[in-house]
Amino acid sequence: MATLTYREAIRAALSEEIERDPNVVILGEEVAQFNGAYKVTEGMLEKYGPKRIVDTPISEAGFIGMGIGASMLGIRPVMELMFWSFFSVAYDQIVNNAANVRYMSGGQIACPIVIRGPANGGTNVGATHSHTPENILAHHPGLKVVVPSNAADAKALMKTAIRDNDPVMFLENTLLYGIPGEVPEGDITLPFGRAAIAREGKDLTIVAYGRCVVHSLAAAQQMKAEKGLDIEVIDLRTIRPLDVNTILKSVAKTHRVLIVEEQRPFCSVGTMLAATIQEEAFDELDAPILRVGTIDAPAIYAPPVEKQFQLPNPDRVIAGILKVMR
Amino acid sequence: MSKKPSAPAETGVAPAATPSLPSPHAQAPANAALTAEQKIELYRKMVRIRRFEERCLPVYNAGKIGGFLHLYIGQEAVAVGACSLMGKDDHVITAYRDHGHAIAVGMDTKPLMAELYGKVTGCSKGKGGSMHYFAPDLNYWGGHGIVGGQIPLGTGLAYGVKYQGKKGAAMAFMGDGAVNQGAVHEAYNLAALWDLPVLFVIENNRYSMGTSQERSSAGELGKRAEAYDMKWYVCGGHDIYEVRATLDEALRCAREQHKPAVVEIDTYRYRGHSVADPDKTYRDRKEIEDYRNTKDPLQIFQNQLVFEKVLTDTLIAEIDTAARAEADRAVEFAEASPFPTAEDIQKDVYWETDQPQRTSEGRIFFNSID
Ligand SMILES: Cc1ncc(C[n+]2csc(CCOP(=O)(O)OP(=O)(O)O)c2C)c(N)n1
Ligand SMILES: [Mg+2]
Repeated sequence: MATLTYREAIRAALSEEIERDPNVVILGEEVAQFNGAYKVTEGMLEKYGPKRIVDTPISEAGFIGMGIGASMLGIRPVMELMFWSFFSVAYDQIVNNAANVRYMSGGQIACPIVIRGPANGGTNVGATHSHTPENILAHHPGLKVVVPSNAADAKALMKTAIRDNDPVMFLENTLLYGIPGEVPEGDITLPFGRAAIAREGKDLTIVAYGRCVVHSLAAAQQMKAEKGLDIEVIDLRTIRPLDVNTILKSVAKTHRVLIVEEQRPFCSVGTMLAATIQEEAFDELDAPILRVGTIDAPAIYAPPVEKQFQLPNPDRVIAGILKVMR
Repeated sequence: MSKKPSAPAETGVAPAATPSLPSPHAQAPANAALTAEQKIELYRKMVRIRRFEERCLPVYNAGKIGGFLHLYIGQEAVAVGACSLMGKDDHVITAYRDHGHAIAVGMDTKPLMAELYGKVTGCSKGKGGSMHYFAPDLNYWGGHGIVGGQIPLGTGLAYGVKYQGKKGAAMAFMGDGAVNQGAVHEAYNLAALWDLPVLFVIENNRYSMGTSQERSSAGELGKRAEAYDMKWYVCGGHDIYEVRATLDEALRCAREQHKPAVVEIDTYRYRGHSVADPDKTYRDRKEIEDYRNTKDPLQIFQNQLVFEKVLTDTLIAEIDTAARAEADRAVEFAEASPFPTAEDIQKDVYWETDQPQRTSEGRIFFNSID
């Protein structure tokens, strides 16, 4: 085990894959000379040179589309979006080309591209820079969507993503980048679609992913101390594929569900989870499924308001827990 | 059509008002090198495209083809001329008016017709339709329905070729309407910035749906290359020799020096934008007739090859009969083929789920329960 930050863990995965496969190439704005807007690729240009670590112009539709085209020929581009928020200008390339080209060609083409970058609010950068498009991406068959919550998972899932022959959307979080964690050494990968039980419990199931796992664990710990509640926290790790079985198993044990997500409620990932659980485990439920998500408005700038009210946080998770337990 | 020859096209060939006989481009290196058989093959391909598409019409009108059907009739010399120059590491990608390029790269017309019928024997197993033909084994990367959206992909093919150290180039085709898409300009910049071996080929048929070039685009289309320090060419697309002469030079430059270029080719479509376009509001019938009568690419090349004594009347008739018969056989094949099944809907979505063994776990398809 080594202690690495989430950022370092991703860098380690990128570096190991660059070394393993000559077709892996990293492209994005400021990834090379500037060392990455969030320093994920720091030092990589020096180590691997300008053929493998490539600075692009501010041209998301162009360079993402270019990466998709190159991937059709067997290149494995890992494209950094400085923020996933900027996916909107490349949306056509992602949903019409990456997601559809295999289908429309009757399975003749594979598109082994990874698009990665941070997707989160909570940094007071306003509505344009705080999008969390995992629901929008997962809506498109053909795409896979990965949302790691910790360093070990981030590394293992990134390796899986790069080796995957389908387009993988990898959503990180700027507020997790600096958080250290124990990361197993060596060439460890994790299959997509295998959720983690981040905390075992019997009284309530929280389904979360990304940074909301951190909030949920904090809330669960406090609820144990204050109320003696044993809360199970499931970390989805990937949205598509989705580990439905682990969720249903937990529901059969706890009979109560709270979904915690950094998503506005309308057509969120949690909407899909709630629909799936009630379709497949209605009889197991002792209470309605509730969701703690983002307050339904564009991301507000005002720093304390965004943090305390608009986004999920341990206090809001606790309020949700108490409601489901009522 | 009055288009002034563009001065800055250093190496370009000015479009002839009406292609003359004999073709002034017959002695260009790419054409002088052709054998009689190769010339006949070029002619045959153009005829096959036209007869194939003409055969599509009654099928469409009988309700057997769904959605849109964008015919390439009138533009055949462009795709056939361009694709005839492809080497093994050259790639091609185009928009939704893609039947001509498909036949030009060597796709069999049976699966092409079956695709229009939505049959499982179609080139995309009935999952793509008219606008989405693909043959990666022939370096043909589609067939794309979003105007301009294929241009970054074509740039990526060039990036891939260069990254892998191969001596090849990509030709990314688009219409005159597509040049106004932002993605096209982003691709221009990347290609020029990184010296990618890609040719951006504008098939300027003067209209994007019902909007003429004059009503949609400021300035000359090819000239936009200058903003990116790219070479550009403008040439006529009615004489296949001219298409080949121009693209041959641009392709060599791309392959050997990794230099991108924009090639604007004047051409014309005889039919409506799609078969559903009544074609009554935005252009003159006389304009169409003039093109048909004086610039038809099949007629021009036929005249040229008769002049060269490569084609005879008998051979012309033979080629035509064979092309009609081929189109009929394609229809028979399509008619006799089955549709994909309901189970086929969720195949070919992910590479992973098409393998005998999945590598990921969990649910990857989400179906309503009914
Ligand atoms: C992004 C987008 N906008 C609009 C359309 C609808 N549309 C399809 S073809 C077309 C005209 C394009 O004309 P041009 O690029 O000149 O190609 P041509 O049809 O002449 O071959 C339009 C508006 C589309 N498919 N994609
Ligand atoms: Mg046009």
